[in-house]
Amino acid sequence: MIDVLYFAWLRERIGLGRERISTQAATVNDLVDELRAREERYALAFEDTSSLRVALDQELSDFDAPLDGVREVAFFPPMTGG
Amino acid sequence: MLRVQSDSFDPGKELSAFAKGRHDIGAIVSFTGVVRDTDKTLKTMEIEHYPGMTERAISKIMDEARTRWNLADVLVIHRHGALQPGEVIMMVATASAHRAAAFEAADFLMDYLKSRAPFWKKEIGANETAWVAAKDEDEAALDRWTSSPPD
Repeated sequence: MIDVLYFAWLRERIGLGRERISTQAATVNDLVDELRAREERYALAFEDTSSLRVALDQELSDFDAPLDGVREVAFFPPMTGG
Repeated sequence: MLRVQSDSFDPGKELSAFAKGRHDIGAIVSFTGVVRDTDKTLKTMEIEHYPGMTERAISKIMDEARTRWNLADVLVIHRHGALQPGEVIMMVATASAHRAAAFEAADFLMDYLKSRAPFWKKEIGANETAWVAAKDEDEAALDRWTSSPPD
């Protein structure tokens, strides 16, 4: 089981900020494919991952990164701090 | 010191208290970010963040600044939640023996906070609401720090 978090417009498009899911996905890309296959709103939200960022256990990572031992995956648009 | 909070704060008071009583400091530089409403259409700016990662990411950026420059102290305060035009969003302050390190470290901190701290701004206007898009130039600004830093 992993916690999947969504922020900003991605959270709004999917309609929730956090969910716990059971997955066998080996990489972030595999997880994204699983999510896309779930429902239309996920497919639309994850249409273009080049416009998204991912963090694994609160550290910025890449979509081809493995999910071994990861407990928390967060997806969000590019950050606009400052 | 790092604070991530929804409460407002007085940057003047924070700056007065910053690095107070230290005699090894010759320079203090500060930056204050304010909610801008150039077109007079903004009602509220909502700032979302990622609790936990926000503190981790900013701490990492502050540690990197301390590694690159000889800093006596560093302060970052960043707000989240609903802010009105004119309100202070965040501030950065750096203290060092000489001004070059303080200026450069503050500049570095701002460039990284912009693109690497997990905050997202949403502008709620009278007629429309939109997430603020990250700018290519903000991402490009990081490139100038990837070469070896000045002393």
